[in-house]
Amino acid sequence: MPEEATARWLQREDLPRLLDGLRERGYRVLGPVLRDGALVLDEVRSVSDLPAGWRDVQQPAHYRLEQSGGARLFDVVNGPTSPKSLVFAPREPLLQIAFGDGELDARPTIPEPQRIAVLGVRACDLAALAMQDRIFLEDRYPDPYYAARRSGLLLIGVSCTRSVSTCFCTSMGTGPEVTAGHDLALTELEDGFVVRAGTPAGQEILQELPTAAVDPRAFAEERRALEECARGIERRLEPQDPRELLYANLEHPRWDDVAERCLSCGNCTMVCPTCFCHDQRDEPSLDGRHSLRVREWDSCFNRDHGQIRGYNFRPGIRDRYRQWLVHKLASWIDQFGSSGCVGCGRCITWCPVGIDLTEELAAIRGGPDSGGGA
Amino acid sequence: MNHAATRLLVPEPAEIVEKRSFGPHIHSYRLRLRDPTARERFDFVPGQFNMVYVPGVGEVAISISSDPWENDLEHTIRIVGRTTEVIDRLEVGDVLGLRGPYGNGWPLHPTRWKDVLVITGGLGCAPVTGAVNYMVRRRASYGRITVLHGVKRAEDLTHQERFEAWRRQPDVRVLLASDRPERHWRDHVGVVTELFEEIEVDPERTVVFMCGPEVMLRHGLRFAHQQGIPGARVFLSLERNMKCAVGLCGRCQLGPLFLCKDGPIFCSTDLAPFFGVHGV
Repeated sequence: MPEEATARWLQREDLPRLLDGLRERGYRVLGPVLRDGALVLDEVRSVSDLPAGWRDVQQPAHYRLEQSGGARLFDVVNGPTSPKSLVFAPREPLLQIAFGDGELDARPTIPEPQRIAVLGVRACDLAALAMQDRIFLEDRYPDPYYAARRSGLLLIGVSCTRSVSTCFCTSMGTGPEVTAGHDLALTELEDGFVVRAGTPAGQEILQELPTAAVDPRAFAEERRALEECARGIERRLEPQDPRELLYANLEHPRWDDVAERCLSCGNCTMVCPTCFCHDQRDEPSLDGRHSLRVREWDSCFNRDHGQIRGYNFRPGIRDRYRQWLVHKLASWIDQFGSSGCVGCGRCITWCPVGIDLTEELAAIRGGPDSGGGA
Repeated sequence: MNHAATRLLVPEPAEIVEKRSFGPHIHSYRLRLRDPTARERFDFVPGQFNMVYVPGVGEVAISISSDPWENDLEHTIRIVGRTTEVIDRLEVGDVLGLRGPYGNGWPLHPTRWKDVLVITGGLGCAPVTGAVNYMVRRRASYGRITVLHGVKRAEDLTHQERFEAWRRQPDVRVLLASDRPERHWRDHVGVVTELFEEIEVDPERTVVFMCGPEVMLRHGLRFAHQQGIPGARVFLSLERNMKCAVGLCGRCQLGPLFLCKDGPIFCSTDLAPFFGVHGV
């Protein structure tokens, strides 16, 4: 492989040099940090902030951290947050508006680009970011707010050598190995990392690190670890392109069945690294002369999402779950060229009642009689 | 800041220069963009819409019912929600924000030389008004024009003089229906779909433009189908919740379609299998 010529070996004890190098370049470093019993994306001041010797156990509606005792820093696969919030902010002002006395002056509040390095981005989340770029930057109306946030981002991926039961990146063709969308990519092995650059910016940083040539045994160990991880992922989403299947089954009884279980809480959409629905509203100040136009993450599971005047286009939970699943897996392909699902499994883990989209799709694929129960 | 990148995100101030009320709940506003260069840039075709901003309150998506060659922009608005309730109180001289135009327009060029059947209900006539005016002004370029328009109450009939003016044109038929007419109502009493029995269409050369409640659209689709008009010549303007109008907020989806940027006007053949499925 041509990339192997540029792969380098970084001892684990030299990882602080990477953080130093990033900070010297003016980057704020964010990475995987444990907080409130889960992995979140937060400030990494030193390597000791990373979850050494921890791993996650995930199942439908189940998330637990446990100690593994090892020295590995990146064995916790993921948590409820993803880098999406760095580019498509959960809440951000769009316009500062002044009005009154026949005047109206609206000014965009486009943020200043900030240099942020994100450490430990998984392959599924890099695919999700590429999808966000497609939606916010490469469509008819590029979004200047997203563009500003995106421009300062440096992405340091970590290939997964461990998976959890909710993962299905192999079905979506997004992981477990980091192969695209990264500035730098790490694979964590017992004593250190295989490091590869994906961009000139990443190459520049890599060159300054105290690295060595990669021992052929390390390459072999890396290959084995990645293959083992991929083999260990048992959850499947099939077919990867279910447009024909879902468009032909808009009235399938399974939608009623899942509506009995779904709480319409919207957790799945809040943890999803590709969901982009949002609300836009004015927050007027008390002086009656100023207003802030704000956009905030919203969910197709909220009743208000399909509301217009006295009419709701998606009044039932059945309608809203169907909208989410058909959009995510099928109509998304028509809109943006590939699936809206990257197989990260978050929506399965963080669903309070453990609804599993791969199971729902399988039930619909199973035929019209499969709507009897979970 | 890149002006082009933010232009469609920023409401332009527009002054109300005329307000006409049709009954207690419908007003038609003529708006003049403050900035003359903004008006020059503002190029629209009938069927497109604006996000109309009430300062400090919010935005609503409203179709433009004026003609592209007029200086002022017309929006006809029904008072039905929080934002429009504030619009209700606005008078000449007050300032609104406009951003747009968004969406596509009616396929007025490809339909030249054809017969055009327009079916509208309620304020659904507003997005088609500009299209009918366009055709009437180029009378020789279009075949027979038939306008079927239905309202719930006679007072919901806005801009009656437009229908009268179209009626006076050669080979233009205008049939109106009201569910709950008042004494002066001289047209059909009932729903707009009952007017189907009173018209003749040549399926070989008829194009259909529709806008109104979804139940009316479904009846219209069935009628066109029964008459043998191919689905590729039936166009519908649809309505959904919209916040951003640029294909990002996700609310206006119908299957793979974003009404704001792919529509709001669709060829009927593009809507399968979603249109008409309850709760989609």
